[in-house]
Amino acid sequence: MFIAAALGILGGMVLAIVRALLGPTVYDRILAVNNFGTNTVLLIAVISFLSGRPGFVDLALTYALINFISTIAILKFFEFGNLAKPYASGTRGDS
Amino acid sequence: MIELVVNIVSWVMMLSGVFFLLVAGIGLHRMPDVFTRMHAAGIADTGGADLILTGLILQSGFNLVSLKLVLILGFLMFTSPVATHAVARAALQGGLKPLLSGGEEGERGRIS
Repeated sequence: MFIAAALGILGGMVLAIVRALLGPTVYDRILAVNNFGTNTVLLIAVISFLSGRPGFVDLALTYALINFISTIAILKFFEFGNLAKPYASGTRGDS
Repeated sequence: MIELVVNIVSWVMMLSGVFFLLVAGIGLHRMPDVFTRMHAAGIADTGGADLILTGLILQSGFNLVSLKLVLILGFLMFTSPVATHAVARAALQGGLKPLLSGGEEGERGRIS
């Protein structure tokens, strides 16, 4: 049954990454990559139960943190044009 | 007896979570706009993740692994609405218009 859950999560990951490759705008790609990261966290947690290694849950926790921070960083880059000075006037990127 | 009930509840929660993940993946392809796709992808972040992680917590019992799973669950519950809100705000500031019912078709998905 863990195998069925892992296969379903893999199907969701395939759909998300196809949208990330096809996406017409950059925000579609960011949304799909965020969804892909959430699915990856769930897949690592299921695989830790599937293979009987509870240490993999730490990897899932770390991946959840990294996924959120990378999504926010990429959005900030595409919204303001740089990562360092977000509120300086006239520096908003046109992307 | 109680173990059998916990097993059945856990499997039902995990399989319905997988169903929500697949629905979110299909919705990412069938929705026409980035804002409606966001609406579909929110299903995976809340329904799918919460159901699958709760099913795993029921499988593991009461130990350190379930504490870590509770941490992942709480973190996802806090961060995925923030990430979705940030995507919506960045898309609006980047010039994308939401697809309204009276809008013309040529406006969809274009960065001005």
